[in-house]
Parts: sequence; C-alpha cells; structure tokens
Amino acid sequence: MILRELSEIPGVSGDEHRVREAIWQAVRDRVDGGRVDPMGNLITWKGADKPGPRVMIAAHMDEVGLMVTRIDKDGLLHFRKVGGIDDRVLAAKAVRVGPDGVPGVIGMKPVHLLKPADTRKPVPEQELVIDIGASSKEEAERVVKLGAYASFATAYGEFGNGLVKGKAFDDRAGCALLVELLALEFPFPVYGVFTVQEEIGLRGARVAAYDVAPDLAIVLEATTCADIPGAEPHGQSTWLGKGPAITVMDAATIPARPLVQGLVEAAENRGIPWQWRRTAFGGTDAGAIHLTRAGVPAAAVSVPCRYIHSPCAFMSLSDFEYARQLVAGFLEDVPRVAAQLPGIP
Amino acid sequence: MLPVSSSQAPPAHDLASLLKELSGLPGPSGGELAVGRRVAELLAPYSHSVRHDALGNCIAFKEGQGQAPRPRIMLAAHMDEIGLIVTRVEEGGFLRVANVGGVDPRALVAQEVIVHADAPLPGYIGVKPPHLLTPQERDKAIPLDEMFIDVGMPEDEVRRRIPPGTLVTVLREPMQLLGGRIAGKALDNRASMAALVEAMRLLSGLHHVADVYAVATVQEEVGLRGAITSTYGILPDMAVAIDVGFASQPGLPEDRVFPMGKGPSLAFGANIHPRLFSMLLDAAKANNVPHQLEPMPAASGTDGWAMQVTQSGVPTAVISIPLRYMHTSVEVVDVEDVRQTARLLAHLVASLTAADREGWRYDLT
Repeated sequence: MILRELSEIPGVSGDEHRVREAIWQAVRDRVDGGRVDPMGNLITWKGADKPGPRVMIAAHMDEVGLMVTRIDKDGLLHFRKVGGIDDRVLAAKAVRVGPDGVPGVIGMKPVHLLKPADTRKPVPEQELVIDIGASSKEEAERVVKLGAYASFATAYGEFGNGLVKGKAFDDRAGCALLVELLALEFPFPVYGVFTVQEEIGLRGARVAAYDVAPDLAIVLEATTCADIPGAEPHGQSTWLGKGPAITVMDAATIPARPLVQGLVEAAENRGIPWQWRRTAFGGTDAGAIHLTRAGVPAAAVSVPCRYIHSPCAFMSLSDFEYARQLVAGFLEDVPRVAAQLPGIP
Repeated sequence: MLPVSSSQAPPAHDLASLLKELSGLPGPSGGELAVGRRVAELLAPYSHSVRHDALGNCIAFKEGQGQAPRPRIMLAAHMDEIGLIVTRVEEGGFLRVANVGGVDPRALVAQEVIVHADAPLPGYIGVKPPHLLTPQERDKAIPLDEMFIDVGMPEDEVRRRIPPGTLVTVLREPMQLLGGRIAGKALDNRASMAALVEAMRLLSGLHHVADVYAVATVQEEVGLRGAITSTYGILPDMAVAIDVGFASQPGLPEDRVFPMGKGPSLAFGANIHPRLFSMLLDAAKANNVPHQLEPMPAASGTDGWAMQVTQSGVPTAVISIPLRYMHTSVEVVDVEDVRQTARLLAHLVASLTAADREGWRYDLT
C-alpha cells in the first residue's frame, strides 16, 4: 500500500526528495507530466489543455523532525526541532539519522539518580541528545554530517478496529490520497501538487500555487484528532472513525464558502460520512494557496489522526477511504460548484 | 545428563543477537513466564538440570568436577523488566495504568506498548497534539495517572479482552548502534542474562570443581523478591548478583557512573564479602578481564542485597554492566562489556577450590 511506503520514508521539511521520488514513481503513469520546481515541489498535471477550471489538489510531502546542529566531543548529536513537536514526546525515543538512516536513541537520565521533583518537569531541552553509539566526535562524524535530518523510527502497522499506526501520516495520508485520486480522469485540467515545507510555514504551496495559477484548490491533509481522555469535548477537533473532516475556518484560512458547501454536498449526496473540523487552531497549505496572485478559492479535507506530530499517529482506514470518495465525488461536481465561485469565467 | 567434562565449550552465541532476542521478550515483574521459558532453553545445553521454583525463578544446575562435598556458587541475574499494569478502562476504551517497578513517567509519553491480553495487542501512550496544548501544559511533565493507553478498539471489546490487572510492556525493536553498542528495552537486566548464558557456555569448556547454580530471578524490580526465595532454596556457599549499573552520560555525577566498553564494575562495600571481592579481582587479573571498581556504601539496588541476608547469611558479590538511560525503552549497552562479564563469571567459578567452602563462618576459641 502506498500509504505504508510513504509513511516509512524519512522526509523532514527541507529534505523531501525521497518522498518525492517515491510519489513520482507511483503517479508517473497516471498523469500527463510532472516537474520539480526550485523549492522541490512536485507538480503533476493531467488534461492541462482541457476547458474548464484549473483545479489544484495539494498535499504536503514534509514531516516534522529534527536537524543535527552540533556533534559534541562525546559523539552525541545535539539537534533542533523542525516543525511543531512537543518536547515531551522526544525523551526515550528511537530515531534514524541522515540519508543512511543511522539508528540512534534519545536517552534520559536514569530515574534512580533523580529527585522526585525532577520527574515532574519535562526533560530539559539541553539534555535531549541523540546517541548513535559513538564514543567521540570523530567516530560520529564518520557516519553523520552536521545538518543531517533525523526522523522517528516508527514502523507502519495495521491493528485494532481498522486502524493503522505509523509516523508522518501528516501528511503522507494526504499524499497517498492524492496518488489514488490521480488515477481518475477529469473533464477539466487537474494539477496534483505535492508540496514541500508545509510544517515550517506553508512555503512550498505558496510558490507552487503561483506557478500553477489554479482557479480553485483543494488541500488534502491529516488533522488533529483529540477524542481522548483529558481533552474537553470542545477541544477535540475531530473524532477518529467518523469520516473525513471539512474545515470551516482555521488559523490560516477561511475557506471559500461555495467550496465548503460543495464538499459537504458531495458527501451528503453520496452518503459519505463526514465531520466538521472543530477547532480554529492550526493551518494548512490552503492558507498560502488562497492568498496566491489575486486570490484562489481554497478548502481543505482532512483525515483525522490521533497523536499527530508525535512519533506514532493513529488513523482509521475507513476515514481515509471516505476522504478519497468525498474528494472524488467533489471532483465530479466541480463544474457545478465552480459556477458559484466568484471570479471564475 | 550431559557429560560433566568436555575439553571445548560449545559453539559461541552471537552475543549481539542473543542480547537483541532477550531484549525483545516481554517480562514485566510478575509476568516473566516467556522469558523464563526461553532462558531455560538457553541454559539447558550447559546444565545438568533446569527447574522453576514456586515464584517462577529459573534455576539451572551444573555439577562440578570435584569430589563431594564441592563448593556451591550461585550466579543470579533478574529476568524481569519494569512495566505497567491496567487499572481501569475509561469511556472510549482507553486504559488507565499503574507502574510495575521504578518508572519515570516522562519516558512513557508517546511510547508504543504491548498490552498482554488474550493476545499481544499494540497500543500507544497518547498525548494531545501540540496544536491544542496551552503553554502551561507544555511546561509540566504528564503524571502517570493522567496518561492512558489507546489500543484502537471499541470500548466493549476492550472491556471484554483487557481486564484490570493486564500487564503492559513498552515496544521497542532492539537497535544496533555504532561501536558494538545495542539499544533497546529491558537490557536492564537482559544484558546480564545474556552474560549468564554465555558464562555457562564458557564453563562447559573449563574445568571447574564447584557446583554452579545459574539463576534467572523474578520480581527484582518490585523488591528483589525472586532472589529471596531462590537463594533460600539453593543456600549456596557464595553468591554473585549480576545486574546493570549506570554508564557515563552527560549531566550525571562522575563518581556514580562508569564508562562503557571498559568492562563490568566490581562493587565493594557493605553488600559485598571482602574475600569474595578479592577472589573476583584475582580472577579478573589472572584472565585479563577488563574491569572497573565501584565503591558501594550501602544498598546495591540489586538482587545481591537480598541474597546476602538469606538464612544465616550468604557471602555475596555484585557485578554490574554499564548501561545508559536505565529504565527507559532505549537503554544502551556495549556487547563487549557483556562478553567480559561472562568471562569473569566463568573464570571466577573455575578458580574455586574445595577450600572455598570453608572459612566463611568460624568459631572463636
């Protein structure tokens, strides 16, 4: 399954080329062409000469991770975070470092040598370092270069009630959806865009959207899902297993209402379960896309993911499949929906 | 019965593979059955008998090659690991847990686990996404009683399959690091278990007078409990506890830690009989076993602490393999330290003579 392959590839923001290569291999026979822009976005298209609105469908290839910023005399790798990671998930984790995937661990002081009060505070940031087993700077530098990226060493797996677990579902889930959707044929031009650097500021989508100049855009995402103990009902954002989430507003975008309405109708008319994304926190590539050129109507459809931005996330395969059906249905409806959008001839 | 003497030890284990295999076995305190079974298989080729006692300790016996009465030595390493135990199923099917042994809750956040229900079930100790955290939440470590395990199953299925009392261990594929080092869970104390198996293999190729009891103890992490009953049941003339010690890592007091790759540390202090300590040192020096010295003012925090006060007293020594990040899922040991620990144990046993039965207690005139 493409989701498994994409999940297990390392691709921290700024280092997405392995993900891009795997995606290209998966879509090259499904599209008319593809190109890579100066930032590393993969832009594919089909039916570029067809009449009708130019539709951009985007998913970001990058994931949150770490970058090695110092190798000390003991051979330990000091790092900084790339993207939004809660420091507290880093202690006692396994990572893979650099292009060769050198195994490493982020250790902690033994609890035996700590005061009880120490264990009530998060592990101090300066104590979070990667140990690859090297005893000296020289030994470490033989296998890891300064600036190497590190990602979580988490295996993909299917389990429980139709769930999958793995790293980087944000947004390899969106990438996998887009790969599947590009197998469809459309009566209008479609640009399948796999973006870079979403996690550090929606940067790839900005230039890709400029380049594509779409009439409308749909962003495929994995989104927060906090239907867990300790989260107030109003802060849960989405529920796992209750269908894909449609965004009505987040911190980066107020999606075009006709698109939101079109997505809802696409689901309702086909009996596809869906839910609102019920938080205004966070943002997606839609935030960059809708401000491109003179403005682009944009909206987002997301697969709920518990424990997003942590070493392991949970996703429901039925949510994933319903997201595919919802967007496929919406694309059937595009000619009708586009007629309601402002600024489209 | 296997032949009591052979000129050569059986083929060597690949110690790194053995370490990884043992690390991967689930064996939280009170749930050591799987580890005990495997350890019994591993020790059987080098032993005359292997049995389990009432608490679950695995006791392998290898007879000495001297005239009876022979000195009797016990080599013990605990096979349990720290873990969690299910206390309650919450609405939505999430599990609440309590600790089994000395757990730092901060090492559990965002940790994959195995729930040992009717089948091993994967789970995750979940956290709120960073997008939904307040700054105050980020600055606080999450206490264990606020954590939960998500097994991704409907609540009714969870209630049916995962009763309170179900044990949980962390999931971590063992990893080969640079320099012969291995990272994984439960290397406290499977590193010592590997050393014990290897020592028994080496002994098969050595002449030894003493009777040897190789013991994999249970429930060390919750109070040295397996050591209490196994030592009572064996009542050896001498006993050695093999455990892990704190390896050097930044930020720890230098007098509490030992570099990796320089051999095991040999403790001396109240928990250790000075004569047995001297015998260990002699065996190390005579056989070029690299080692380090560890002053230990009082409790060793090992099975040795219980072994020493069994019945009317057992001369005890404590050997420690340096280990980083103790009680986390990413503990690190150096395979060479495990190998040298095994060599030291084998040579200590081989050095024992009939005279070593005597002189541990004496009448005054």
